[in-house]
Amino acid sequence: MSANQTTQKIRSTSAFDVERIRADFPILKLKVNDKPLVYLDNAASSQMPQQVIDRLVYYQTKQHANIHRGVHYLSEVATSEFEEARRKLQRFINANEDREVIFTSGTTEAINLVMHGYGRKFIGAGDEIILTTLEHHANIVPWQMLAEEKGAKIRVVPINDAGELLIDEYEKLFNDRTKFVGVTHVSNALGSINPIKEMIAFAHARGVPVLVDGAQAAPHTKIDVQDLNCDFYAFSGHKLCGPTGIGILYGRAELLESMQPFKGGGDMILSVTFEKTTYNTIPHKFEAGTPPISAAIGLGAAVDYLSAIGMDAIAAHELDLLKYATGQISSIAGVRVMGTAEHKAAVLSFAVDGVHPHDIGTLLNQEGIAVRTGHHCAQPVMQRLHVPATSRASFAFYNTMDEVDALIAGIRTVQKIFT
Amino acid sequence: MADYKSLYQEVILDHNKKPRNYGTIEHPSHHAVGHNPLCGDHITVDVVVDEGRINNIAFQGESCAICKASASMMTTSVKGKTREEAETLIQEFLAMATGKLSHENCPHIGRLAVFAGVSDLPTRVKCAILPWHTLNGAFNAVASTSTEAEEDPMHAPIGDA
Ligand SMILES: Cc1ncc(COP(=O)(O)O)c(C=O)c1O
Repeated sequence: MSANQTTQKIRSTSAFDVERIRADFPILKLKVNDKPLVYLDNAASSQMPQQVIDRLVYYQTKQHANIHRGVHYLSEVATSEFEEARRKLQRFINANEDREVIFTSGTTEAINLVMHGYGRKFIGAGDEIILTTLEHHANIVPWQMLAEEKGAKIRVVPINDAGELLIDEYEKLFNDRTKFVGVTHVSNALGSINPIKEMIAFAHARGVPVLVDGAQAAPHTKIDVQDLNCDFYAFSGHKLCGPTGIGILYGRAELLESMQPFKGGGDMILSVTFEKTTYNTIPHKFEAGTPPISAAIGLGAAVDYLSAIGMDAIAAHELDLLKYATGQISSIAGVRVMGTAEHKAAVLSFAVDGVHPHDIGTLLNQEGIAVRTGHHCAQPVMQRLHVPATSRASFAFYNTMDEVDALIAGIRTVQKIFT
Repeated sequence: MADYKSLYQEVILDHNKKPRNYGTIEHPSHHAVGHNPLCGDHITVDVVVDEGRINNIAFQGESCAICKASASMMTTSVKGKTREEAETLIQEFLAMATGKLSHENCPHIGRLAVFAGVSDLPTRVKCAILPWHTLNGAFNAVASTSTEAEEDPMHAPIGDA
């Protein structure tokens, strides 16, 4: 069988109508440097379909007021749409109750909320927090700040050369000072999918709660927080075809109730006197001030959009893209793929011999191809791989096999320029 | 729209592949390390200034083609010049790369004009100016400099996701 036939075969395993989906995304029609935009930076931020854009416009045109405070018509409409968005997110991750879904400004704020609300209350001197080498800086720095403040210690789960967590080592890190685990569901730098369900079960058997950073997982696979049995799950709207400035913290109700508030202000209180303030119930206890109402409603529309396509269909198409891209890129001499975990999301980090990632990024951009170059806010991963930076193509369900071909052709052009 | 290809001209690719004055100098009179925290790149610059004249200069480090070529061409441009002449050239290069002056208005810039194109690529300006920053740091006895330093006129927070 010729290489061409193999390609045909691999390219046609799913009946996903990607062209119909692409028609929903106005930005994908852009030209960059006179070339059709090939957007392969989805792990940094995804694009927004017309359905979500329309929802934002409808809200601003017909429904906007502040929430939870007015008795007038618009305030009631806005409040009910905002709370309906919360229920959409609840269903999207299969949370048990809608009050377990807290709106934050993004993954970063969600993790900081847990650090302040849970960590500062329950983690003390000499206690240990387990993190992994694969964490994004957002799930490292808050815990370092806490460790410094409290005199706690951070222990780190190592990875192998493929970018997989060493689970034996994870298990060995536990002792009776272990108070918390923070782990990313999917690595943003390498794409590795971590066995979080097993990791959570192991931690729970020792009475240790687990926060999962789901920023890179929620857009690409079905999330079921009850099945995972995690204590906290954080993700961002802007990586999920939603707006920026909105994200979710899922937390188990009894944990959220035991926590101290993160920010103080309006909406998070029941009553205030200068002698004593009574905090509101969850989720409002953690939503001080006027939230990004339109963004929350937009995110609700985004998860409706994704659910209509089906997270399983999305995952299957992305896996096809990843397999095809990995096969194609591996056939180029002088190109090395970083991150070869057995279970991987559609993230392709790579290095081209003799060419710095920044030069690759600039030259691919000239072909209209958007990739990310740098350390991906995951410097511990880069240090482990002994590279200062990589180039990263990250795929979404609206990407096509032709776009993979454009990337491959672009890399060959880069090589030609540098020989 | 800038023609990005014009940046990767033969001369830049050549200096990237065969950098001139690459290495270190045993007893430099001036030395500095420059960092670009955005990409983790760093270079060292060693200089021997004797009676006000740059007798020897060398650089070393891991970096992209733009940075390496800029460093290589910097060393060939300033070798044999007085420190004052080199300082004038540093100012002209920084002004050109950041788009404050067009290369026609930089009387000493010469072949370094090949870097004029970076002014259209905000994320790449820092790559081109790092060696010049580092040389400036060496002259002023700043052992470690960074493109993200507070006093850096190019200082602009660039996010990372
Ligand atoms: C794994 C992971 N965690 C956290 C974040 C931070 O997300 P945000 O910047 O939306 O808060 C990102 C974003 O790149 C990420 O990939």
